[in-house]
Amino acid sequence: MSETAIIVNLLALGGLALAWRKDSSKARAALRAGWKAFSEVLPAFIIVVALISLIMPFLRPGDISRFIGTEAGFSGTLLVAAAGALVYIPSIVAFPLAATLLDRGASVQSVAAFISTLTMIGVVTLPLEIKELGRRMALWRNVLSAVAALAIAVALGALL
Amino acid sequence: MSRSREHPAARCGARSGGRRGYIAAGAVVAAVILVLLRFPARMDAAGATAWSYVIQMATILPPVMVLVGLFDVFLAEDKVAKYVGKASGIRGIIISVAAGALPSGPLYVAFPLVAALLKKGASVCNAIIMLSAWACIKLPQELLELHFLGARFMLTRLALTIACVVPMGLVVGWLVEWGDGRGIPSAR
Repeated sequence: MSETAIIVNLLALGGLALAWRKDSSKARAALRAGWKAFSEVLPAFIIVVALISLIMPFLRPGDISRFIGTEAGFSGTLLVAAAGALVYIPSIVAFPLAATLLDRGASVQSVAAFISTLTMIGVVTLPLEIKELGRRMALWRNVLSAVAALAIAVALGALL
Repeated sequence: MSRSREHPAARCGARSGGRRGYIAAGAVVAAVILVLLRFPARMDAAGATAWSYVIQMATILPPVMVLVGLFDVFLAEDKVAKYVGKASGIRGIIISVAAGALPSGPLYVAFPLVAALLKKGASVCNAIIMLSAWACIKLPQELLELHFLGARFMLTRLALTIACVVPMGLVVGWLVEWGDGRGIPSAR
């Protein structure tokens, strides 16, 4: 178990203990809500793990770094940024994927772009966003999020 | 939700949405296994990859989900709405970032909530900042980022994101309110 996992587990147990002392029926409701969130994210997690497990053994060591590593430069970053904006996978599932990509030679810049566009831009949910917030606000938010995501990625790549 | 959807059968229907997800997951797993059976040499590597993911997630996902549940139950959305709705200026920006970082759930859950805030008089700027914070600096999500990508990556990206999101909120606020004509008087 990693250090972070231990800390997060302690945090959750502590929070749960506090909640239980305050209001045990609400704490039970919290556990139910957590279980619901878990069972909702689980299928997506299974699908992503299955696909990664299928694809990774077929990639040669240099493949990932050639497409989205430092040698691919900004075009590689644009590629994963676009992928992050288009696909809809829960960010909870995306972090282990990002870690694997980083491990196999993807550049920091590309991985940062992927996470930022994935979380900030939702092409799939855009119709819903337009319905709730209006076309002008929704479109500008997504366009500027794309600019921000690339800026964050370039800065992060330069800093780390 | 309309009345007719409260029929017991409709409730089952709502649940089968989750079941559809599991059916899809099962189909994908079956397809992956079928493909891998044709490449026996890759089986071990695939199994090792899958196993390492399952182990990592088994230690981190349950506590994160407990935290998600605690936020969900103990943090009433109307309270969040009250504080951001009343807020303005730099205090409003700080509250918006904090409020966006605390609740859980996917971004599309935030759209109706933020729409409600806007109707109550929250500024477009704060609404955008809250949406962005909700999208990419939610607390449970940051814990996972810390776990998988390390403190340096997580903290640097967090700082850069906050630095980008605040001007973004100001710009979108300016663009939207100018366009609606509401912003024009203050620009004169």
